[in-house]
Amino acid sequence: MPLPRNLTHYVGRKLFRFLLTIQGLGAFALITLGVVLTKTRVARHVVWPATFREISRAGLRLLPMFLFMSAALGLLVIGQSVSWLTRVGAINYLGTIMVLVVVRELGPLLTALLVLARIGTANVVELGTARATGEVEALEALGIDPVHYLVVPRVIGLAFGIFSLTVYLILGALISGYLWAFLQDVPLRPSDYFHQLAGSLSGLDFALLALKTIGFGFIIAVVTCYHGLAQPLRVEEVSLATVRAVAQSIIACVLLDALFIIIYLAT
Amino acid sequence: MNAVSTSVEPVIRMDRVALASMQDQNSVVVEDVTWTVQPGDYWVVAGLQGSGKTDFLMLTGGLMGPVRGDYFFYGQEMPIFEDSRLHERLRLGLVFESAQLFNHLTVSENIALPLRYHKNLTAGDAVAPVQAMLDATELGQWADSTPGALGRNWQRRVGLARALMLKPEILLLDNPLAGLDFRHLTWWLSFLSDLCHGHPLVDNRPLTLVTTTADLRPWKGYGREFAILKNRRFIVLGSWGQLEAARDELVRELLTTELSSA
Repeated sequence: MPLPRNLTHYVGRKLFRFLLTIQGLGAFALITLGVVLTKTRVARHVVWPATFREISRAGLRLLPMFLFMSAALGLLVIGQSVSWLTRVGAINYLGTIMVLVVVRELGPLLTALLVLARIGTANVVELGTARATGEVEALEALGIDPVHYLVVPRVIGLAFGIFSLTVYLILGALISGYLWAFLQDVPLRPSDYFHQLAGSLSGLDFALLALKTIGFGFIIAVVTCYHGLAQPLRVEEVSLATVRAVAQSIIACVLLDALFIIIYLAT
Repeated sequence: MNAVSTSVEPVIRMDRVALASMQDQNSVVVEDVTWTVQPGDYWVVAGLQGSGKTDFLMLTGGLMGPVRGDYFFYGQEMPIFEDSRLHERLRLGLVFESAQLFNHLTVSENIALPLRYHKNLTAGDAVAPVQAMLDATELGQWADSTPGALGRNWQRRVGLARALMLKPEILLLDNPLAGLDFRHLTWWLSFLSDLCHGHPLVDNRPLTLVTTTADLRPWKGYGREFAILKNRRFIVLGSWGQLEAARDELVRELLTTELSSA
Protein backbone atom coordinates (compact mmCIF):
# COMPACT_ATOMS: atom_id res chain seq x y z
CA MET A 1 0.00 0.00 0.00
CA PRO A 2 1.48 3.41 -0.89
CA LEU A 3 2.28 5.84 1.91
CA PRO A 4 -0.19 8.70 2.43
CA ARG A 5 0.77 11.80 0.42
CA ASN A 6 1.13 13.95 3.56
CA LEU A 7 3.53 11.49 5.12
CA THR A 8 5.76 11.28 2.04
CA HIS A 9 5.85 15.08 1.88
CA TYR A 10 6.75 15.24 5.57
CA VAL A 11 9.51 12.64 5.27
CA GLY A 12 10.76 14.26 2.06
CA ARG A 13 10.94 17.68 3.69
CA LYS A 14 12.79 16.29 6.70
CA LEU A 15 15.22 14.38 4.51
CA PHE A 16 15.82 17.40 2.29
CA ARG A 17 16.44 19.62 5.33
CA PHE A 18 18.79 17.02 6.79
CA LEU A 19 20.84 16.90 3.59
CA LEU A 20 20.96 20.70 3.40
CA THR A 21 22.19 20.82 7.00
CA ILE A 22 24.91 18.26 6.25
CA GLN A 23 25.95 20.29 3.21
CA GLY A 24 25.94 23.56 5.17
CA LEU A 25 27.87 22.10 8.10
CA GLY A 26 30.42 20.49 5.78
CA ALA A 27 30.99 23.73 3.88
CA PHE A 28 31.24 25.74 7.11
CA ALA A 29 33.72 23.22 8.58
CA LEU A 30 35.92 23.45 5.46
CA ILE A 31 35.80 27.26 5.45
CA THR A 32 36.70 27.32 9.14
CA LEU A 33 39.56 24.89 8.62
CA GLY A 34 40.80 27.00 5.71
CA VAL A 35 40.75 30.17 7.80
CA VAL A 36 42.49 28.43 10.74
CA LEU A 37 45.29 27.32 8.44
CA THR A 38 45.70 30.43 6.28
CA LYS A 39 45.21 33.27 8.75
CA THR A 40 47.43 32.20 11.63
CA ARG A 41 49.46 35.41 11.41
CA VAL A 42 46.66 37.82 10.49
CA ALA A 43 45.68 40.23 13.30
CA ARG A 44 47.34 38.00 15.86
CA HIS A 45 47.28 40.73 18.52
CA VAL A 46 43.50 40.55 18.33
CA VAL A 47 42.74 36.92 17.54
CA TRP A 48 45.31 35.25 19.80
CA PRO A 49 44.15 37.00 22.99
CA ALA A 50 40.59 36.08 22.00
CA THR A 51 41.76 32.47 21.55
CA PHE A 52 43.39 32.42 24.99
CA ARG A 53 40.16 33.77 26.47
CA GLU A 54 38.25 30.94 24.80
CA ILE A 55 40.73 28.33 26.05
CA SER A 56 40.28 29.73 29.55
CA ARG A 57 36.49 29.75 29.16
CA ALA A 58 36.17 26.25 27.68
CA GLY A 59 38.95 24.74 29.80
CA LEU A 60 40.40 26.37 32.86
CA ARG A 61 37.18 27.82 34.27
CA LEU A 62 35.41 24.46 34.03
CA LEU A 63 38.08 22.70 36.06
CA PRO A 64 36.24 22.81 39.45
CA MET A 65 33.19 21.15 37.89
CA PHE A 66 35.40 18.54 36.29
CA LEU A 67 37.18 17.75 39.56
CA PHE A 68 33.78 17.02 41.08
CA MET A 69 32.78 14.96 38.02
CA SER A 70 36.02 12.98 38.12
CA ALA A 71 35.36 12.01 41.76
CA ALA A 72 31.82 11.02 40.83
CA LEU A 73 32.96 9.05 37.77
CA GLY A 74 35.52 7.11 39.80
CA LEU A 75 32.83 6.20 42.36
CA LEU A 76 30.37 5.29 39.62
CA VAL A 77 32.64 2.85 37.82
CA ILE A 78 34.35 1.37 40.88
CA GLY A 79 31.16 1.28 42.97
CA GLN A 80 29.39 -0.77 40.30
CA SER A 81 32.25 -3.04 39.32
CA VAL A 82 34.09 -3.87 42.58
CA SER A 83 31.41 -6.12 44.09
CA TRP A 84 31.00 -8.09 40.82
CA LEU A 85 34.73 -8.42 40.20
CA THR A 86 35.24 -9.62 43.80
CA ARG A 87 32.46 -12.19 43.42
CA VAL A 88 33.98 -13.69 40.28
CA GLY A 89 37.53 -13.34 41.59
CA ALA A 90 38.59 -10.94 38.88
CA ILE A 91 39.68 -7.97 40.97
CA ASN A 92 42.92 -7.93 38.97
CA TYR A 93 40.90 -6.48 36.10
CA LEU A 94 39.96 -3.31 38.00
CA GLY A 95 42.61 -1.26 36.19
CA THR A 96 41.61 -2.75 32.84
CA ILE A 97 37.99 -1.80 33.39
CA MET A 98 39.00 1.73 34.33
CA VAL A 99 41.00 2.04 31.12
CA LEU A 100 38.23 0.56 28.95
CA VAL A 101 35.42 2.57 30.45
CA VAL A 102 36.99 5.83 31.59
CA VAL A 103 39.98 6.39 29.31
CA ARG A 104 38.55 5.11 26.06
CA GLU A 105 34.86 5.93 26.32
CA LEU A 106 33.24 7.77 29.20
CA GLY A 107 36.03 10.27 29.83
CA PRO A 108 36.11 11.89 26.36
CA LEU A 109 32.39 11.62 25.65
CA LEU A 110 31.28 12.88 29.06
CA THR A 111 33.72 15.79 28.80
CA ALA A 112 32.42 16.69 25.35
CA LEU A 113 28.79 16.61 26.50
CA LEU A 114 29.49 18.69 29.61
CA VAL A 115 31.45 21.29 27.64
CA LEU A 116 28.68 21.34 25.05
CA ALA A 117 26.16 22.06 27.79
CA ARG A 118 28.26 24.77 29.41
CA ILE A 119 30.02 26.44 26.45
CA GLY A 120 28.44 25.15 23.24
CA THR A 121 25.01 26.47 24.16
CA ALA A 122 26.50 29.83 25.18
CA ASN A 123 28.22 29.95 21.76
CA VAL A 124 24.94 29.61 19.88
CA VAL A 125 23.21 32.21 22.03
CA GLU A 126 26.09 34.70 21.78
CA LEU A 127 26.65 34.30 18.06
CA GLY A 128 22.95 33.99 17.27
CA THR A 129 22.26 37.24 19.11
CA ALA A 130 25.23 38.89 17.39
CA ARG A 131 23.85 37.74 14.06
CA ALA A 132 20.30 38.84 14.87
CA THR A 133 21.37 42.29 16.07
CA GLY A 134 23.54 42.95 13.02
CA GLU A 135 26.98 42.66 14.67
CA VAL A 136 28.08 40.29 11.93
CA GLU A 137 27.20 42.83 9.21
CA ALA A 138 29.12 45.42 11.24
CA LEU A 139 32.19 43.15 11.24
CA GLU A 140 31.88 42.64 7.49
CA ALA A 141 31.48 46.38 6.94
CA LEU A 142 34.75 46.89 8.84
CA GLY A 143 36.49 44.28 6.68
CA ILE A 144 36.82 41.87 9.62
CA ASP A 145 36.24 38.23 8.68
CA PRO A 146 33.56 36.96 11.14
CA VAL A 147 34.87 33.39 10.83
CA HIS A 148 38.38 34.54 11.72
CA TYR A 149 37.35 36.83 14.56
CA LEU A 150 34.43 34.86 16.06
CA VAL A 151 34.77 31.20 15.04
CA VAL A 152 38.50 30.46 14.97
CA PRO A 153 39.09 31.35 18.68
CA ARG A 154 36.11 29.16 19.63
CA VAL A 155 37.31 26.19 17.56
CA ILE A 156 40.79 26.31 19.08
CA GLY A 157 39.41 27.04 22.57
CA LEU A 158 37.00 24.11 22.48
CA ALA A 159 39.54 21.70 20.98
CA PHE A 160 42.16 22.56 23.61
CA GLY A 161 39.56 22.81 26.36
CA ILE A 162 38.00 19.39 25.74
CA PHE A 163 41.39 17.73 25.32
CA SER A 164 42.76 19.19 28.57
CA LEU A 165 39.59 18.61 30.58
CA THR A 166 39.41 15.00 29.38
CA VAL A 167 42.96 14.43 30.61
CA TYR A 168 42.09 15.94 34.01
CA LEU A 169 38.81 14.03 34.20
CA ILE A 170 40.55 10.73 33.42
CA LEU A 171 43.39 11.34 35.89
CA GLY A 172 40.89 12.40 38.57
CA ALA A 173 38.64 9.40 37.92
CA LEU A 174 41.56 6.95 38.04
CA ILE A 175 42.76 8.39 41.36
CA SER A 176 39.30 8.65 42.88
CA GLY A 177 38.51 5.13 41.60
CA TYR A 178 41.40 3.75 43.62
CA LEU A 179 40.31 5.71 46.68
CA TRP A 180 36.76 4.34 46.42
CA ALA A 181 38.14 0.81 46.00
CA PHE A 182 40.39 1.36 49.03
CA LEU A 183 37.37 2.51 51.06
CA GLN A 184 35.56 -0.70 50.04
CA ASP A 185 38.46 -2.75 51.47
CA VAL A 186 39.58 -4.09 48.11
CA PRO A 187 42.96 -5.75 48.68
CA LEU A 188 44.81 -3.85 45.96
CA ARG A 189 48.11 -2.04 46.41
CA PRO A 190 48.61 1.27 44.55
CA SER A 191 51.55 -0.22 42.63
CA ASP A 192 49.42 -3.18 41.45
CA TYR A 193 46.64 -0.81 40.41
CA PHE A 194 49.16 1.32 38.52
CA HIS A 195 50.58 -1.74 36.79
CA GLN A 196 47.10 -2.86 35.78
CA LEU A 197 46.46 0.56 34.28
CA ALA A 198 49.80 0.71 32.52
CA GLY A 199 49.36 -2.83 31.19
CA SER A 200 45.98 -1.99 29.70
CA LEU A 201 47.14 1.20 28.03
CA SER A 202 48.96 1.32 24.74
CA GLY A 203 50.55 4.16 22.78
CA LEU A 204 47.58 4.10 20.46
CA ASP A 205 45.28 5.01 23.38
CA PHE A 206 47.11 8.29 23.88
CA ALA A 207 47.10 9.14 20.19
CA LEU A 208 43.43 8.28 19.71
CA LEU A 209 42.46 10.11 22.90
CA ALA A 210 44.07 13.29 21.58
CA LEU A 211 42.51 12.89 18.14
CA LYS A 212 39.09 12.09 19.53
CA THR A 213 38.93 14.97 21.99
CA ILE A 214 40.23 17.50 19.45
CA GLY A 215 37.65 16.08 17.03
CA PHE A 216 34.87 16.56 19.60
CA GLY A 217 36.00 20.15 20.19
CA PHE A 218 36.05 20.89 16.47
CA ILE A 219 32.61 19.34 15.95
CA ILE A 220 31.00 21.22 18.84
CA ALA A 221 32.58 24.52 17.79
CA VAL A 222 31.62 24.13 14.12
CA VAL A 223 28.05 22.99 14.79
CA THR A 224 27.30 25.63 17.42
CA CYS A 225 28.97 28.44 15.45
CA TYR A 226 27.21 27.32 12.26
CA HIS A 227 23.80 27.53 13.89
CA GLY A 228 24.58 30.84 15.53
CA LEU A 229 26.35 32.53 12.69
CA ALA A 230 26.05 31.01 9.27
CA GLN A 231 22.44 31.81 8.47
CA PRO A 232 20.27 34.91 8.83
CA LEU A 233 18.60 34.74 12.22
CA ARG A 234 15.98 36.74 14.09
CA VAL A 235 16.19 37.13 17.87
CA GLU A 236 13.16 34.88 18.41
CA GLU A 237 14.87 32.09 16.44
CA VAL A 238 17.95 31.94 18.69
CA SER A 239 16.42 29.46 21.17
CA LEU A 240 15.39 27.12 18.33
CA ALA A 241 18.87 27.38 16.83
CA THR A 242 20.34 26.45 20.23
CA VAL A 243 18.14 23.35 20.51
CA ARG A 244 19.10 22.28 16.97
CA ALA A 245 22.79 22.87 17.58
CA VAL A 246 22.80 20.83 20.80
CA ALA A 247 20.96 17.90 19.21
CA GLN A 248 23.22 17.88 16.15
CA SER A 249 26.39 18.25 18.24
CA ILE A 250 25.44 15.24 20.36
CA ILE A 251 24.65 13.13 17.29
CA ALA A 252 27.87 14.15 15.54
CA CYS A 253 29.99 13.47 18.66
CA VAL A 254 28.40 10.03 19.14
CA LEU A 255 29.01 9.21 15.47
CA LEU A 256 32.66 10.22 15.82
CA ASP A 257 32.87 8.10 18.96
CA ALA A 258 31.43 5.14 17.05
CA LEU A 259 34.08 5.65 14.39
CA PHE A 260 36.78 5.44 17.04
CA ILE A 261 35.22 2.24 18.49
CA ILE A 262 35.63 0.71 15.04
CA ILE A 263 39.29 1.80 15.02
CA TYR A 264 39.81 0.31 18.51
CA LEU A 265 38.19 -2.97 17.48
CA ALA A 266 40.16 -3.12 14.26
CA THR A 267 43.52 -2.72 16.03
CA MET B 1 27.74 66.03 -9.51
CA ASN B 2 25.61 63.42 -11.20
CA ALA B 3 26.27 62.50 -14.81
CA VAL B 4 28.96 65.17 -15.21
CA SER B 5 31.91 63.84 -17.14
CA THR B 6 35.17 64.79 -15.43
CA SER B 7 38.68 63.43 -15.51
CA VAL B 8 38.41 62.51 -11.80
CA GLU B 9 37.52 58.89 -11.21
CA PRO B 10 34.09 58.74 -9.62
CA VAL B 11 33.86 57.28 -6.13
CA ILE B 12 30.69 55.40 -6.99
CA ARG B 13 29.28 54.55 -10.37
CA MET B 14 26.10 52.53 -10.64
CA ASP B 15 24.58 51.60 -13.96
CA ARG B 16 21.00 50.25 -14.04
CA VAL B 17 21.49 48.51 -10.71
CA ALA B 18 18.70 46.49 -9.12
CA LEU B 19 19.08 45.57 -5.48
CA ALA B 20 17.47 43.01 -3.22
CA SER B 21 16.53 43.13 0.43
CA MET B 22 19.26 42.12 2.89
CA GLN B 23 16.74 39.81 4.59
CA ASP B 24 15.44 38.20 1.42
CA GLN B 25 17.78 38.09 -1.54
CA ASN B 26 14.91 37.07 -3.83
CA SER B 27 12.94 40.23 -3.26
CA VAL B 28 14.01 43.23 -5.38
CA VAL B 29 13.42 46.48 -3.46
CA VAL B 30 14.92 49.14 -5.76
CA GLU B 31 15.47 48.95 -9.53
CA ASP B 32 17.26 50.83 -12.24
CA VAL B 33 19.65 52.88 -10.11
CA THR B 34 21.95 54.93 -12.29
CA TRP B 35 24.06 57.13 -10.07
CA THR B 36 27.49 58.72 -9.92
CA VAL B 37 29.18 60.09 -6.82
CA GLN B 38 32.23 62.30 -7.23
CA PRO B 39 34.90 62.89 -4.57
CA GLY B 40 33.75 65.54 -2.09
CA ASP B 41 30.02 65.09 -2.79
CA TYR B 42 27.54 65.25 0.09
CA TRP B 43 24.53 63.19 -0.93
CA VAL B 44 21.29 62.94 1.01
CA VAL B 45 19.01 60.10 -0.12
CA ALA B 46 15.50 60.42 1.28
CA GLY B 47 12.68 57.93 1.50
CA LEU B 48 9.91 56.69 3.71
CA GLN B 49 10.32 53.69 5.96
CA GLY B 50 10.25 50.53 3.82
CA SER B 51 11.43 52.34 0.69
CA GLY B 52 14.71 50.38 0.72
CA LYS B 53 17.02 53.07 2.16
CA THR B 54 18.94 50.65 4.36
CA ASP B 55 19.20 48.00 1.64
CA PHE B 56 20.39 50.69 -0.78
CA LEU B 57 23.11 51.71 1.68
CA MET B 58 24.10 48.09 2.40
CA LEU B 59 24.54 47.55 -1.34
CA THR B 60 26.53 50.77 -1.64
CA GLY B 61 28.63 49.65 1.33
CA GLY B 62 29.43 46.39 -0.43
CA LEU B 63 27.68 44.08 2.01
CA MET B 64 25.75 42.51 -0.86
CA GLY B 65 25.97 42.54 -4.61
CA PRO B 66 23.47 43.94 -7.10
CA VAL B 67 20.85 41.61 -8.53
CA ARG B 68 21.30 43.25 -11.93
CA GLY B 69 23.45 46.01 -13.33
CA ASP B 70 27.00 47.17 -12.62
CA TYR B 71 28.36 48.85 -9.52
CA PHE B 72 31.90 50.21 -9.49
CA PHE B 73 33.62 51.67 -6.45
CA TYR B 74 36.72 53.65 -7.42
CA GLY B 75 36.67 51.65 -10.64
CA GLN B 76 36.56 48.30 -8.80
CA GLU B 77 33.59 46.02 -9.26
CA MET B 78 31.57 45.67 -6.07
CA PRO B 79 31.00 43.78 -3.86
CA ILE B 80 34.56 43.14 -2.75
CA PHE B 81 34.93 40.06 -0.57
CA GLU B 82 38.44 38.92 -1.55
CA ASP B 83 41.21 39.62 0.96
CA SER B 84 43.47 40.81 -1.88
CA ARG B 85 41.13 43.72 -2.71
CA LEU B 86 40.04 44.41 0.87
CA HIS B 87 42.11 47.61 1.11
CA GLU B 88 39.93 49.08 -1.67
CA ARG B 89 36.73 48.40 0.27
CA LEU B 90 38.21 49.90 3.43
CA ARG B 91 38.24 53.27 1.67
CA LEU B 92 34.56 53.20 2.61
CA GLY B 93 33.09 53.53 6.11
CA LEU B 94 29.56 52.56 7.11
CA VAL B 95 27.48 53.85 10.04
CA PHE B 96 24.38 51.80 10.85
CA GLU B 97 21.12 53.34 12.04
CA SER B 98 21.00 51.08 15.10
CA ALA B 99 24.79 51.42 15.54
CA GLN B 100 25.22 47.62 15.61
CA LEU B 101 27.99 47.78 18.18
CA PHE B 102 29.75 44.71 19.54
CA ASN B 103 27.89 44.22 22.80
CA HIS B 104 30.60 42.17 24.52
CA LEU B 105 33.17 44.97 24.05
CA THR B 106 33.39 48.33 25.79
CA VAL B 107 33.01 51.58 23.85
CA SER B 108 36.77 52.08 23.54
CA GLU B 109 37.26 48.42 22.53
CA ASN B 110 34.54 48.83 19.89
CA ILE B 111 36.29 51.88 18.49
CA ALA B 112 39.73 50.25 18.65
CA LEU B 113 38.75 46.94 17.03
CA PRO B 114 38.99 47.84 13.31
CA LEU B 115 42.31 49.60 13.82
CA ARG B 116 43.75 46.80 15.95
CA TYR B 117 42.55 44.11 13.54
CA HIS B 118 43.83 45.68 10.33
CA LYS B 119 47.07 47.15 11.73
CA ASN B 120 47.68 44.22 14.10
CA LEU B 121 48.04 46.48 17.14
CA THR B 122 48.02 45.51 20.80
CA ALA B 123 45.45 47.17 23.05
CA GLY B 124 48.23 49.44 24.37
CA ASP B 125 49.27 50.56 20.89
CA ALA B 126 45.72 51.65 20.08
CA VAL B 127 45.22 53.82 23.17
CA ALA B 128 46.37 57.13 21.66
CA PRO B 129 44.29 57.04 18.43
CA VAL B 130 41.26 55.77 20.34
CA GLN B 131 41.59 58.58 22.89
CA ALA B 132 41.78 61.14 20.08
CA MET B 133 38.59 59.71 18.58
CA LEU B 134 36.84 59.63 21.98
CA ASP B 135 37.74 63.28 22.53
CA ALA B 136 36.59 64.37 19.07
CA THR B 137 33.26 62.58 19.44
CA GLU B 138 32.79 63.54 23.13
CA LEU B 139 32.53 59.88 24.12
CA GLY B 140 35.23 59.95 26.80
CA GLN B 141 32.77 59.52 29.67
CA TRP B 142 31.49 56.27 28.15
CA ALA B 143 34.90 54.78 27.24
CA ASP B 144 34.70 51.86 29.66
CA SER B 145 30.96 51.23 29.41
CA THR B 146 29.46 48.47 27.32
CA PRO B 147 26.99 49.57 24.62
CA GLY B 148 24.00 48.34 26.64
CA ALA B 149 24.64 51.09 29.20
CA LEU B 150 24.41 53.86 26.57
CA GLY B 151 21.38 55.65 25.18
CA ARG B 152 20.62 55.26 21.48
CA ASN B 153 21.96 58.74 20.66
CA TRP B 154 25.35 57.90 22.12
CA GLN B 155 25.43 54.40 20.65
CA ARG B 156 25.10 55.84 17.15
CA ARG B 157 27.95 58.22 17.88
CA VAL B 158 30.11 55.21 18.86
CA GLY B 159 29.16 53.67 15.51
CA LEU B 160 30.39 56.82 13.78
CA ALA B 161 33.66 56.83 15.75
CA ARG B 162 34.22 53.15 14.93
CA ALA B 163 33.65 53.77 11.20
CA LEU B 164 36.12 56.69 11.20
CA MET B 165 38.97 54.78 12.85
CA LEU B 166 40.27 53.46 9.53
CA LYS B 167 40.17 56.98 8.04
CA PRO B 168 37.83 56.19 5.13
CA GLU B 169 37.53 58.41 2.06
CA ILE B 170 33.78 57.99 1.80
CA LEU B 171 31.34 57.62 4.66
CA LEU B 172 27.89 56.07 4.30
CA LEU B 173 25.40 56.86 7.07
CA ASP B 174 22.07 55.13 7.49
CA ASN B 175 19.47 57.61 8.73
CA PRO B 176 21.91 59.17 11.23
CA LEU B 177 19.52 61.83 12.54
CA ALA B 178 16.57 59.52 13.28
CA GLY B 179 15.30 59.92 16.82
CA LEU B 180 18.05 62.31 17.98
CA ASP B 181 17.39 65.07 20.47
CA PHE B 182 18.14 68.63 19.34
CA ARG B 183 21.59 68.79 20.91
CA HIS B 184 22.74 65.55 19.26
CA LEU B 185 21.15 66.58 15.98
CA THR B 186 23.07 69.84 15.76
CA TRP B 187 26.26 68.06 16.81
CA TRP B 188 25.87 65.51 14.01
CA LEU B 189 25.14 68.09 11.33
CA SER B 190 28.06 70.23 12.38
CA PHE B 191 30.43 67.25 12.69
CA LEU B 192 29.44 65.85 9.29
CA SER B 193 29.96 69.26 7.79
CA ASP B 194 33.46 69.36 9.33
CA LEU B 195 34.20 65.91 7.92
CA CYS B 196 33.03 66.99 4.50
CA HIS B 197 35.40 69.95 4.55
CA GLY B 198 38.30 67.99 6.05
CA HIS B 199 38.74 67.05 9.70
CA PRO B 200 42.02 66.27 11.53
CA LEU B 201 40.58 62.83 12.38
CA VAL B 202 40.70 61.93 8.69
CA ASP B 203 43.98 63.75 7.99
CA ASN B 204 42.13 66.92 6.90
CA ARG B 205 41.03 65.26 3.67
CA PRO B 206 37.51 66.23 2.54
CA LEU B 207 35.31 63.21 3.11
CA THR B 208 32.68 62.16 0.57
CA LEU B 209 29.37 61.65 2.37
CA VAL B 210 26.27 59.66 1.47
CA THR B 211 23.49 59.65 4.01
CA THR B 212 19.92 58.39 4.00
CA THR B 213 17.07 60.13 5.78
CA ALA B 214 13.33 59.99 6.35
CA ASP B 215 13.14 63.76 6.93
CA LEU B 216 14.69 66.27 4.55
CA ARG B 217 14.25 69.40 6.67
CA PRO B 218 17.41 69.23 8.84
CA TRP B 219 19.66 68.88 5.77
CA LYS B 220 19.00 72.36 4.39
CA GLY B 221 22.35 74.12 4.20
CA TYR B 222 24.24 70.86 4.82
CA GLY B 223 23.53 68.30 2.09
CA ARG B 224 24.59 69.37 -1.40
CA GLU B 225 23.05 66.69 -3.63
CA PHE B 226 19.68 65.13 -3.05
CA ALA B 227 17.85 62.04 -4.29
CA ILE B 228 14.75 60.12 -3.25
CA LEU B 229 13.73 56.49 -3.18
CA LYS B 230 10.15 56.12 -4.29
CA ASN B 231 8.10 53.30 -5.78
CA ARG B 232 11.22 51.11 -6.13
CA ARG B 233 12.97 53.85 -8.11
CA PHE B 234 16.01 56.01 -7.30
CA ILE B 235 15.33 59.57 -8.47
CA VAL B 236 18.10 62.19 -8.50
CA LEU B 237 16.72 65.64 -7.64
CA GLY B 238 19.84 67.81 -7.58
CA SER B 239 20.58 70.71 -5.23
CA TRP B 240 18.43 72.01 -2.36
CA GLY B 241 17.00 74.66 -4.69
CA GLN B 242 15.96 72.00 -7.20
CA LEU B 243 14.57 69.93 -4.36
CA GLU B 244 12.37 72.78 -3.15
CA ALA B 245 11.20 73.42 -6.68
CA ALA B 246 10.32 69.76 -7.26
CA ARG B 247 6.62 69.05 -7.59
CA ASP B 248 7.02 65.50 -6.31
CA GLU B 249 4.46 64.60 -3.66
CA LEU B 250 6.94 62.62 -1.56
CA VAL B 251 9.42 65.51 -1.53
CA ARG B 252 6.66 67.85 -0.32
CA GLU B 253 5.81 65.30 2.38
CA LEU B 254 9.42 64.94 3.51
CA LEU B 255 9.72 68.72 3.72
CA THR B 256 6.49 69.15 5.66
CA THR B 257 6.83 71.23 8.80
CA GLU B 258 3.35 70.84 10.25
CA LEU B 259 1.42 67.65 10.82
CA SER B 260 -1.86 69.24 9.71
CA SER B 261 -0.48 70.13 6.30
CA ALA B 262 0.66 66.59 5.58
